[in-house]
Amino acid sequence: MADATFSPMTDSALTLASRPRATRFRKATEEPRWFRWTLTAVVLVLLAVLVLAPLATVFVEALVKGIPAALESLGDEDALAAIRLTLTIAAVAVPLNALFGVAAAWALTKYSWRGKAFLLTLIDLPFSVSPVVAGLCIVLLFGANSAIGGWLVATGHPIVFAVPGIVLATMFITFPFVARELVPLMTEQGTSEEEAALTLGASGARMFFTVTLPNIKWALLYGVLLCNARAMGEFGAVAVVSGKIRGETATMPIMIEIFYNQYASVAAFTMAGVLTLLALVTLGLKTALEWRYADQLSASGRH
Amino acid sequence: MHIEIDEIAKEFGATAALQPVSLSIPSGALIALLGPSGSGKTTLLRILGGLEEPSQGRVLFDGVDATGMRVQDRRAGFVFQHYALFKHMTVFENIAYGLRARPRATRPANAEIGRRVTKLLELIQLPDIGKRYPSQLSGGQRQRVALARALAIEPRMLLLDEPFGALDAKVRKELRGGLRHIHDTTGLTTIFVTHDQEEAMELADLVVVMSMGRIEQVGKPADIRAKPQTEFVREFLAA
Ligand SMILES: Nc1ncnc2c1ncn2[C@@H]1O[C@H](COP(=O)(O)OP(=O)(O)O)[C@@H](O)[C@H]1O
Ligand SMILES: [Mg+2]
Repeated sequence: MADATFSPMTDSALTLASRPRATRFRKATEEPRWFRWTLTAVVLVLLAVLVLAPLATVFVEALVKGIPAALESLGDEDALAAIRLTLTIAAVAVPLNALFGVAAAWALTKYSWRGKAFLLTLIDLPFSVSPVVAGLCIVLLFGANSAIGGWLVATGHPIVFAVPGIVLATMFITFPFVARELVPLMTEQGTSEEEAALTLGASGARMFFTVTLPNIKWALLYGVLLCNARAMGEFGAVAVVSGKIRGETATMPIMIEIFYNQYASVAAFTMAGVLTLLALVTLGLKTALEWRYADQLSASGRH
Repeated sequence: MHIEIDEIAKEFGATAALQPVSLSIPSGALIALLGPSGSGKTTLLRILGGLEEPSQGRVLFDGVDATGMRVQDRRAGFVFQHYALFKHMTVFENIAYGLRARPRATRPANAEIGRRVTKLLELIQLPDIGKRYPSQLSGGQRQRVALARALAIEPRMLLLDEPFGALDAKVRKELRGGLRHIHDTTGLTTIFVTHDQEEAMELADLVVVMSMGRIEQVGKPADIRAKPQTEFVREFLAA
């Protein structure tokens, strides 16, 4: 019990919870009571000012002219098109990225080969590159002025200023979420369960679906949720590649900007409110997952 | 099944895990691969099981070249060092895994699978643990479940990597008897890896002493004790 004194904050919190109250004594990591309360109060105030207040404002502004006005703004054709587009983009980009993420994590953890470290860095690239730069790269690569882009436009399949470009940009931005969730977990799990399945006669596919997938499913779902939240909310890269054509290539975040610039404040904030609600649903699911499967998720280096 | 290892070598990049080694394992024998850590025991075992491809040489099962045979087709019952039980499946499902993985034509019916799993649970003397998960078992129980899972596929040979390595001394002694019993009742050619010479000497019919990717000596325990052939074997046994 004495060695718990030296364990980091999170661990000591865990041991505390599982120990009867009576034996509780001060730890080296535990600050005086007034300090803890002040710290907690500061954090709460900051949260209120930085997070809750803006969020509340979104809904207040959306409903300032009443619920009917807000709903009516959503009935606008361009608004509906934006919602449809955002959901479509997420529906395409998220499953593809889940697939790529699993493949990348597999390649990184189940085999040993030269250049692994490089791929690991590459996966993190979207986190460090500005979304606007990412968008510009896609424009340069596939825009009408490039060789590929010219040919694509000529054959009637433009990528830039069209839906495929938005999907590409979104996928680029959200690529790391699934892989990053899976790599630490799969590294820790190693390959021996998979090998056991093979020696027992399972095919590669059977091994994947009966052994690998069940072992990573919660981390995968978690990564998919994060990926989805970001996919629906992405602005910078999409703003560059989409051309912001109302009713065609304007996603929800882009449409919010357009409405806002036109002083259509109710429409802008209502759309923002819908996007926020989608995000809150994701957050709720994520929290439920964390709470329910804390042990399996912590294996992936969280908490 | 008679196993013939013919000039097998294995390199991992620049490191030679196995120098060319040859070994003939008679059908039904209980063999120990004995040697210090890093001597290539696991590598040799994995090559036999089809989990690793040799850099050169051949493996023959009953005289038939099996070097390129897929791991799934080898029917080698493999017990992994830390057992590698499927943690999200019950003990029952773990043992049934190999039977369920068979192609439909040769897959037993559910009732038959149930019968076989029950029989295997009796063989490992843990008849009542079918509904438990691996995390609810002791180390010794896990090892026996891993053994039962490997036996379920009606293997042609049994390969065990440090089967007693993770257990405390008392359980080790008990389970040695268990492995001997299973070997004698099934008659399977059995190869187990260990770095513990007492274990090898007590349990195996034939001991293969390895060092640095080479086979130093092959012989009955008593012969190896009486006549160590190399300096290494003498020193290793003295340790
Ligand atoms: N997958 C691998 N990649 C690189 N080197 C390996 C690999 N597996 C084993 N080795 C090396 O091969 C040698 C023999 O290893 P191993 O067969 O595991 O020995 P043992 O089981 O006797 O301890 C060691 O030097 C080990 O580092
Ligand atoms: Mg080993």
